[in-house]
Amino acid sequence: MRIKNSVRSRNPKSTIPGATLSRLFAAILIMAVAYACTPKSAVQEQDRAPDISPKPIATASPENPDPRVGLGAGLFDAEEAIWNLEKLSATPPPKDFIGVTNSDLAFTGKYAIQGNYNGVLIWDISNPSNPTLVEDYVCPASQSDVSVYKNLLFVSGEGLGGRLDCGTEGVKESVSDVRLRGIRIFDISDIENPDYIANVQTCRGSHTHSLLTDPADKENVYVYVSGSAPVRPNEELPGCSDALPKDDPNSALFRIEVIQVPLDSPESAKIVSSPRIFENLTEAPTHGMTPAERAKVQKAKEEGAFVAEFGGQERVIPPRFVARLLNDIVKQRDGEGEPTAADSATLRKNLPTIITQMTGQNNDNDQEVKRGPNQCHDITLYPAMGIAGGACEGYGLLLDISEPANPRRLAAVADSNFSYWHSATFSNDGNKVLFTDEWGGGGQPKCRETDPKEWGANAIFTINDDNEMNFESYYKLPAAQTARENCVAHNGSLIPIPGRDVMVQSWYQGGISVFDWTNPENPVEIAFHDRGPIDSTQFRMGGSWSVYWYNGAIVSSEIARGLDIFKLEPSPYITKNEIAAANTISLEYLNAQDQPHFVWPTTFALARAYVDQLDRDGEMPKEGIAKIRQHLDEAENASGSKRADMLNKLAKDVESQVDDSSNSEKVSKLVDTVRGLASAP
Amino acid sequence: MSNSYSLKIFAFFLLLIFGWSCKGTSQVTEDTTSEDKIDREAIYWARVDSAKMEFTEADAKFMTMMIGHHAQALVMSRLAPENGASDQVQTLAARIINSQKDEIATMQQWLRERNQPTVDLKIEGLKLMINGMRSGHMDMVGMLSQNQLEELSNARGTEFDRLFLKYMISHHKGAVVMVDNLLKVDGAAQEEAAFKLASGINADQQTEIARMQSMLDKLTSSSQ
Repeated sequence: MRIKNSVRSRNPKSTIPGATLSRLFAAILIMAVAYACTPKSAVQEQDRAPDISPKPIATASPENPDPRVGLGAGLFDAEEAIWNLEKLSATPPPKDFIGVTNSDLAFTGKYAIQGNYNGVLIWDISNPSNPTLVEDYVCPASQSDVSVYKNLLFVSGEGLGGRLDCGTEGVKESVSDVRLRGIRIFDISDIENPDYIANVQTCRGSHTHSLLTDPADKENVYVYVSGSAPVRPNEELPGCSDALPKDDPNSALFRIEVIQVPLDSPESAKIVSSPRIFENLTEAPTHGMTPAERAKVQKAKEEGAFVAEFGGQERVIPPRFVARLLNDIVKQRDGEGEPTAADSATLRKNLPTIITQMTGQNNDNDQEVKRGPNQCHDITLYPAMGIAGGACEGYGLLLDISEPANPRRLAAVADSNFSYWHSATFSNDGNKVLFTDEWGGGGQPKCRETDPKEWGANAIFTINDDNEMNFESYYKLPAAQTARENCVAHNGSLIPIPGRDVMVQSWYQGGISVFDWTNPENPVEIAFHDRGPIDSTQFRMGGSWSVYWYNGAIVSSEIARGLDIFKLEPSPYITKNEIAAANTISLEYLNAQDQPHFVWPTTFALARAYVDQLDRDGEMPKEGIAKIRQHLDEAENASGSKRADMLNKLAKDVESQVDDSSNSEKVSKLVDTVRGLASAP
Repeated sequence: MSNSYSLKIFAFFLLLIFGWSCKGTSQVTEDTTSEDKIDREAIYWARVDSAKMEFTEADAKFMTMMIGHHAQALVMSRLAPENGASDQVQTLAARIINSQKDEIATMQQWLRERNQPTVDLKIEGLKLMINGMRSGHMDMVGMLSQNQLEELSNARGTEFDRLFLKYMISHHKGAVVMVDNLLKVDGAAQEEAAFKLASGINADQQTEIARMQSMLDKLTSSSQ
């Protein structure tokens, strides 16, 4: 089974040998992209800043009290707090777009494409300190979620005022043939003059969409459409029905739409399937056990406690209840007095049956088909791994997308602390997934001191070889915000720091937060930027809608204030070398919900990043670290066969220390990198 | 009440003042002189103000009714801790209180900013007064009768859980119907804030209905 292969290959040990053809192809493609384009990182690191020694991530903490608390209000002049980031620019929207919501971002070449409820803004960000507007295309519709692929731009329309002709007057009639709710397609061969070439209408409009590039299909791209608004009347778009699927098999509820876009004739894009990926979902609406809880159950088992599975997870049976059950067994054998060891054995044997009888768990047979959630809010596709993460109402889904038009559900999780599953991000190796909870829909202030840390947060899951998702921890913006600031977990992307899982994420008016989730049990914030509220007296919508890393730049779409661009500032938690290694990744384009797989080219920066990481966690002796750094410097200054000899010698030397390190996997990566440098032409 | 006429005038003036000058050009380098900033701030507030004019009577009625509807969810949810609800139902009830209180505040602000009468809410135990009127007099789908509220307030433990889930599901379904009805009105929910609220309520409450149904199913099957 193809998915099994690709899922298993997420084990870093079998990266190349076990790869399927498509994965290999994807990897080559990514490497080709990484090599072919000269590293045109938006942000070049050339300075020789004083060295900052790396420190363990778990020790990271901003100054106390947190400078984000109590920032002064203002639209374009709010007080700001920033930590381990440098703000390169803050560019207000063009005048026709001021006061209208800025939404999601997509990137192609040197351009950032910013959705706005009034249309689309295209920025040249080749100079991140001074982005320039190259096009402001007026074509109103919420939410103007954007994706880009080569010469094609896709824009979501959901609101009732979107028009086929891009007119600004709205659509007053509840049934109208001029309304657009769905996907608009533009040809951007001439990016300064987008050409509106087609649209695909859908029954619930498009709240968000995700572009899927299939490594096995070069003729088409696919667009997964998620719509969360009510279904359109049949009179407006024939075939749309909001009856329950049992009454109407063509119901627009409980499904997503898949649009196929032929690349040589994008104007003939159409819906090719409406998969019902939710059927028979019966996951418990509780949150999974934390690692601590799992350890507790394990320990209890080892100590001989009675453990049984109910409500979807293993639980320790309370001693008082055990005593009652044991007494029942004594009575059943007409005995008296204290239960014997034999009685305990009987209970142990019969416990699962007793619990099943008591909780009535086996009654599922006669139940009607469970429909599961009604829709997805967003789906993140990870084609290099053949998987996707669906954030669908009360569930987080893991999907197999090896057949793009027929996504198949592999697993599902629910969580009693999650209100509304919003989006997903995978770790680069695909072994972890982070889901966000957009509690309150993004328009409410959910980061106040009094709001629980588990609500409106991220939940991190590990994915095992059987594609089961196990809950590990929550991460929520650590700084309390005011009641005048909408704040909840929102969009973000990975920052390609090799050997680590680092993400930058929007929290609306909570600002942007960079955190490390390499250890899924303990995500830690390592950088941030925040502004005060828009208004000092009343609530106003604003803040970062999305923030994504793109070729060295951290680009944020600010709902009210425009386009912000940052870069990482070296710190003990992300060193200069780690930043330089991240910046060797060069993407041709980026749609964050079509997650790219990062493969780092072999560079001195990569080797030094690994050395810094071994240093950070004390995984090699200090003297050894210093020596490796020195040899890397010397080798970089040498050339030709002399350099190769020095590097081969260094590789051999480091290799001999692999077994002495507490992180032999990382030392091996370092050895491979140094060896790769030696054989580089 | 749709004030599209004044909106058009406003839009016309904006056009006159700024034109569509940036189209297709790359010379737009926003200088940061304070005059420019004041200018942009003025446009922002003018546009926020003009957006407030674009609403219909149906939108305002929806907000008013939904505030009353949400308020009853508060009355119901506040019973959970004292009536011995399970941890799960208490979590749910606490989140309903937090969420719906915030949404009520949003809807009150929406009404206030459009010079519409806000809703005068008073909750005393099981008694909910809306604009000085007993809630029972408000004709809304999914609202519990006073008898049902009392039945709920007298229930304890598992029985409370069961009744709470059952009544909150039908209460939430009422909100979904209110959104559906709003969208059937010509010109309604055109404006960004109203559409966001209405479609957000639709998505959130449907999600919560499914969650509560699943909790209720488990409760029912375990008591057989």
